Amino acid sequence: MSDLNTIIFGLVLIGGAVGGAAVLTWFERRLLGIWQDRLGPNRLGPFGILQVLADMLKLLSKDDWVPPFADKVVFVFAPTAIVVAMLLGFAVVPFSPDLMIIDINIGLLFFLGMTSLAVYSVLLGGLASNNKYALLGGLRSAAQMVSYEVFMGLSLMGVVMLSGSFSLRDIVEAQSDMWFFIPQFLGLYVFLIAGIAESHRLPFDLPEAEHELTAGFHTEYGGMKFAMFMLGEYLGLMLISCMIVTLFFGGWLGPWLPPVVWFFLKVFIVICFFILLRCAIPRPRYDQLMSLGWKYMLPLALLNLLVTGAIALSMEG
Amino acid sequence: MNEATPSLWPLLVYFFAVLLLVATMLGLSFILGQRRGNKATNMPFESGVLSVGSPQIHMSAEFYLIAIFFVIFDLETVFIFAWAVAFFELSWAGFIAISVFIFVLAVALIYELRSGALDWGLKTRTGLRQKGQR
Repeated sequence: MSDLNTIIFGLVLIGGAVGGAAVLTWFERRLLGIWQDRLGPNRLGPFGILQVLADMLKLLSKDDWVPPFADKVVFVFAPTAIVVAMLLGFAVVPFSPDLMIIDINIGLLFFLGMTSLAVYSVLLGGLASNNKYALLGGLRSAAQMVSYEVFMGLSLMGVVMLSGSFSLRDIVEAQSDMWFFIPQFLGLYVFLIAGIAESHRLPFDLPEAEHELTAGFHTEYGGMKFAMFMLGEYLGLMLISCMIVTLFFGGWLGPWLPPVVWFFLKVFIVICFFILLRCAIPRPRYDQLMSLGWKYMLPLALLNLLVTGAIALSMEG
Repeated sequence: MNEATPSLWPLLVYFFAVLLLVATMLGLSFILGQRRGNKATNMPFESGVLSVGSPQIHMSAEFYLIAIFFVIFDLETVFIFAWAVAFFELSWAGFIAISVFIFVLAVALIYELRSGALDWGLKTRTGLRQKGQR
């Protein structure tokens, strides 16, 4: 694709990602409603889809309040960081063989780096609010994300070993014989859990923990700045789903249908699975969450590396 | 692998478009947002109770421990990344070398586990854990 076409695609992608995240808030509530045997938002428009528009208008007309006791510059900066980092992460996702913004040979590392930047948003938001709930929520969330980041990268190394590249396009092409979720099921399991913890979705939404910390790091946020934290969270969910599809479920690969359709179909199924997790699994305690990470997931990720290495080398030789 | 370096222009334009979007969102809500000033608007939220003391409270030392573990284990992953990308070229020699490396780390992890450093909120941290304690 020429540069101009790629730039146009990039602008479409921004609109699509933000719009998709907005529709996802409605879709999630509808789906949760169905699974919990109730209706969910169904008043505005067909199936209630205009709820998204109403929510947006409401959030835009809310008081754009910066607390006088807060660190004002950091307070405004914090919610923007997560949105920017997550949207930049989409730049390396290969939607089809030539539909991506940039195909760098360190695409996977770029993705890991961008998701790590999200921790600043949460930590700075908590610190700048100058509120006890926010500070506790921010610290917890920083400890959680930093812990799960360690083996998030490690769990992906099995995929890198089998495909021999950090480039996401090469990784997808290496899956033409067999999708990586079969040889890398341990890696997929660890990455799935780390992904939920990194985007602090339920059941791992301890940073927000409305039962003990009111709302955690965004206690003092309201209006559009609060909405940006939520936008970042939903973008993170979509980004993690895209990466799971790219790395473990063959990306755009699939028979009959065009590649892009396959990609979005798979992403849609993974997102539905994340929403199902949200309504099926209760939230763990914070100490359980931390010990799950360090005591089980980290050794499991290391074990996965050694076993994958030994089996792959034996089959090669 | 790609011999030609991909053009960076699309990424740059994308980055500035993202910044523009974020600025627009903040700007719109600044213009459209209502202004209110009630008696308690400018007070820190603490579930309706008047705030007591400074929000700069003492932190649990466990957060510092996690930060140190992160430094140790995240540095380790950098070495493993470098090995993983050249996995088939390095073959068994590389595999044995990385096995030794991972073994050393596993020993460190087991030591931390045994000394109770990974037990969040456990109050007795003197030496190994006593029998019968969780």
